[in-house]
Amino acid sequence: MELDLTLVFAGVVAGAAPIVLAALGETITEKAGVINLSLDGTILLSAMVAFAVAFETHNIILGFIFAAIVGAAVAAIIAFFSIYLNQSQVAVGFVLTLMTRDLAYFLGNPYSRLQGPQVLSLPIPFLKTIPVLGPVFFDQSLPVYFSLIMMACCGWYIYKTPMGLRLRSVGEHPLASYARGIDPKKLQMVYSIGGGLLVGLAGATFSLCVKPGWGRPQGAEGTGWIALVLVIFGGWNPIKAAMGAYLFSFLQIMGIYCQQWLPTVPAQVFQVAPFPLMIFTLLVMSLAQKESVLNWAENKPQMKSVLAFLSGSMPSALGKPYRPE
Amino acid sequence: MPRYLVESLLALFAVLFSTTIILFVSGAPPFAAYYYIISGSLGSWIKLSQVIQVWVPLTLCASGLLYTFRIGLWNIGVEGQVMLGAVFTTAVLRIDAAKSMPMLFIGLSLLAGIFGGAIWAVVAGVLKTKGGVNEIFAGLGLNFVGQGIILWLIFGPWRRPGIASMSGTELFPQKLWLPFFPALRLSPVGLVLAVAALILTALFLRYTRLGLNLKAIGNNREAAYRFGLKPDRYMIIAMILAGGFAGLAGSVQAAGVYHRLLPAISSNYGYLALLVVMLSNYNVWITPLVAFFFACLNVGSIQLPMMLQLDSSLSGVIQGALVLAAMGVYAWRVRAKMAQGMVQR
Repeated sequence: MELDLTLVFAGVVAGAAPIVLAALGETITEKAGVINLSLDGTILLSAMVAFAVAFETHNIILGFIFAAIVGAAVAAIIAFFSIYLNQSQVAVGFVLTLMTRDLAYFLGNPYSRLQGPQVLSLPIPFLKTIPVLGPVFFDQSLPVYFSLIMMACCGWYIYKTPMGLRLRSVGEHPLASYARGIDPKKLQMVYSIGGGLLVGLAGATFSLCVKPGWGRPQGAEGTGWIALVLVIFGGWNPIKAAMGAYLFSFLQIMGIYCQQWLPTVPAQVFQVAPFPLMIFTLLVMSLAQKESVLNWAENKPQMKSVLAFLSGSMPSALGKPYRPE
Repeated sequence: MPRYLVESLLALFAVLFSTTIILFVSGAPPFAAYYYIISGSLGSWIKLSQVIQVWVPLTLCASGLLYTFRIGLWNIGVEGQVMLGAVFTTAVLRIDAAKSMPMLFIGLSLLAGIFGGAIWAVVAGVLKTKGGVNEIFAGLGLNFVGQGIILWLIFGPWRRPGIASMSGTELFPQKLWLPFFPALRLSPVGLVLAVAALILTALFLRYTRLGLNLKAIGNNREAAYRFGLKPDRYMIIAMILAGGFAGLAGSVQAAGVYHRLLPAISSNYGYLALLVVMLSNYNVWITPLVAFFFACLNVGSIQLPMMLQLDSSLSGVIQGALVLAAMGVYAWRVRAKMAQGMVQR
């Protein structure tokens, strides 16, 4: 098959949209010090809700709104259990991963394999005629534009605004931010819900745009975990996490091409390939932080810059709920 | 009535209430659904034996998970460990010589299953201790890889002569099945193994130095390290034990229940066992009871698609809601005690 690079990259940008949204949402949540481990299930549940609502009301916007509410609600449960009830975020998140997935399959059963509404593509006049860049960035649908805009917005918000500073301070040192007059519990709750909204929109982007429709399996299974790993890959930087999502989407599309080029390799290999890759990425990330590796790279400028790119600091209070003394 | 009983009933009632609402939302008659779940799991001896068939792998996995939870590890990879156990068992039972010495090879296949599960657990454990990769992501990734290996085997080297399909590999010769009661289609071997695993785990955790050390590291890794314990080594040991029990569960599924390898061999029992242990509040003796209850829900909900055209995943919703409700009640109790000044934090 011919490899049309413009087409490939347009596919990468479109296919990555939900993953970008989920990774951005999770980055915001984790920046505030809360881990929302339920991403995989939440994306499925919100995808189901988006499709069901859009199908019943013939209104795609309502589908997106309800999906965002679902994402926010699940995130709020995790934040509430952790912040106000002192329960382990990982435990609650894991339970909700399984539960929301099962709830999606259960409630979504009547909507399986139905032809439903989906977002139409919305090329931007003039801009879409730019060679290469036009088809890749400006001949897409609204959720895709939204993911691109959100990426820039999140980066700007977290690093350039006073609110973003407060957000980071709560994730790094809740006690110190409390001393500065910030209410860590409240902010953690707010940003968990805010991140959840984006995760919910990611689900809607799947079922109404990228992989239209609902079924068991939907096709979005596993992406929640990928998004969680992308946050680590991005070193808790939203732009880097989104770049990771594009890289992942690129590899996914290359996988499809490879399947056609190498028909002797079983399809199952390509289906599970992202996951060993995910472990390998985490391994490299973690080794890049090790002192012995850093010492080894001391006199190798190229290696040093690679390691600098891979480095990223985890919010110090991540996963440790703030308890006033 | 003791207070914890009141609270447990309260949690149960809350779950029942929310499940009823979910059923109403989906337009299904709630009481009919409950009726089919109960009659589908406890309605006859055959159904009860199906419940026990689910209880066995759940209890085996849960026994293993008690070690990893005790040391503070989230062994989400248990699902993949079940799969690898089944793969290794199948590999042994497919050897040609197996037919001439069935008993020997059945025994070997169970050992191979334990070995397979343990290997998969050690990979996650080493990634954690040496590579610094969080065990949740390592385990989860390995689960997907395990699923990929099974699919590849079923559609590749172990495919059924003729057509390869999702229904799995060819059935093992009947000589190589775990012995079973024909009337109930239930293998007593699995039951004995599960009970043995449970008792062994209880003794290990309660009466051995290993159990004490696991607990010490789980409670305070830093203090345990300064005391001279090696947390990394104990983490690997806990993973090997957990993986071994999970692998045995996979063995029993392959050799005693399905008599072949199929894509859904692990049936999510690993993930479910995590919920079982959490709901048991990490207590060895409550674990089998919760596992039995969850097994009832799983088996009973198979009736839903047939009788009410509902998806059987309702059982998963109920199970998750139970764990959440239990956590809520537990947190509320701690709070109430703290308010009374009964416990010092």
